[in-house]
Amino acid sequence: MPKYLILKHYRGTPATVNDVPMDQWTPEEVDAHMQFMGEFGRRLEENGELVDAQALSPEGAFVRADDRGTGPVTDGPFAETKDLIAGWYVVDVDGWDRAVELAGELSLAPGKDGRPIHEWLEVRPFYGAPSATGD
Amino acid sequence: MTHPFDEATLRSLVPSVTGVLVRRGADFAAAEDAVQEALVEAVRGWPDDPPRDPKGWLVTVAWRRFLDAVRSETARQRREVAADLEPGPGPTQDADDTLHVFFLCAHPALTPASAVALTLRAVAGLTTRQVAEAYLVPEATMAQRISRAKRTVSTVSFDRPGDLATVRRVLYLVFNEGYSGDVDLAAEAIRLTRQLASLAQDPETDGLLALMLLHHARRPARTRADATLVPLADQDRALWDTGLVEEGVTVLQAALARQQRGEFQLQAAIAALHADAPSTAETDWVQVVQWYDELLALTDSPVVRLNRAVAVGEADGARSGLAALAEVDPGLPRHRAAAAYLHEKAGDRDLAARLYAEAAGLATNLAERTHLTKQAARLNRRE
Repeated sequence: MPKYLILKHYRGTPATVNDVPMDQWTPEEVDAHMQFMGEFGRRLEENGELVDAQALSPEGAFVRADDRGTGPVTDGPFAETKDLIAGWYVVDVDGWDRAVELAGELSLAPGKDGRPIHEWLEVRPFYGAPSATGD
Repeated sequence: MTHPFDEATLRSLVPSVTGVLVRRGADFAAAEDAVQEALVEAVRGWPDDPPRDPKGWLVTVAWRRFLDAVRSETARQRREVAADLEPGPGPTQDADDTLHVFFLCAHPALTPASAVALTLRAVAGLTTRQVAEAYLVPEATMAQRISRAKRTVSTVSFDRPGDLATVRRVLYLVFNEGYSGDVDLAAEAIRLTRQLASLAQDPETDGLLALMLLHHARRPARTRADATLVPLADQDRALWDTGLVEEGVTVLQAALARQQRGEFQLQAAIAALHADAPSTAETDWVQVVQWYDELLALTDSPVVRLNRAVAVGEADGARSGLAALAEVDPGLPRHRAAAAYLHEKAGDRDLAARLYAEAAGLATNLAERTHLTKQAARLNRRE
């Protein structure tokens, strides 16, 4: 079965419908959101579709090496993924349609006033191994 | 399969069985592999047919596995090993050899991650798969980490004295940075520390055991059913395990009486004061600050300085706490959260909310991030 990456973004997507930073929600709304996310992950696991789910800290740095070895560790003078990517699910599903369907569910996670966020999610197919009969 | 079969008891024999094999002339890496194979046989066979002498059984089977492995290498090696065969060790020798397996697995030549992995396999008797699952890495990765660690320590002489402090640090890491999986790493760390404490007879190891017991006692109250964090001040203290608290306090008092203070004893003393209090308000914060002063004098650690500032805030008021916090490196991971807490206590809700939101961005795990975001949300609530 093909694998897809469902990417969650911190920023860089168009504004969502319900676009309020989480610390402006009520504590109960935060709880409801976290509960939704927890249930989404558990359901993927129960379906046998979950490969990996990780959340990224907004911290981090771009690193490059100069001639002497590892160069200065700095913030890049350009957009870095830490400004963009908040986390991901890797799912192993029947195909593109199912991956999009799952991203759609995730998009409707509850936010401020319990209304869906309509968050933008990015779905990317993984390259798989070459097929044994593809020659 | 109806016999009660206690896997933890079986696994508690692992370091001493490995010690016997090494004493008989096996190298550490091969001995450790042979003991793992014997464990697999024990798990399979013991529920139906428990041996009368479990340790003797494990030694016999592991030694046989070891000889099989050697034989499959070269006959010359087998003759050398056979020549080294000695009668079984006396009890003192046995205790020393067991202790030495602890030392090897926490050897300073190992990175902390390698020492933790090797300790969990060769001292705790967990399988590579269990260790891998506990730390959320692929089994092949963990297998490599463990075999590299075994190679690193394989040249260390079994008769060189080891350092208890390195073993304590590794066990504390297992306790403190436990992840998920089927194995309860905190319970496992307590089991190993108990074993180490009974072998070492040393107050600071007892201090570590007391610290673990006192923290473990609070575990049922520390998270809600949905895995969100409950801070000490909000915990339902009726959920604390009073048996563990009592044991922790007893172990600590005996350790402190020996007048060789160390970091873990002092941390345990602070944990004991919390365990003793019916609520945050009724906690003896003045004494907590005194223990922090002593801990600071001993360690000069920035993290201790930060925790002390929060305790000062409770003992002498938020302004004093903020003054103490001004002395602490603002780059510390929890500095922002401590500042938020003290500013709220001082009455500055807006600043506290802003600091909590910033602290959430700096959190090192999701549960903490959610908790700090909710603190900001609570203060931002407009009624």
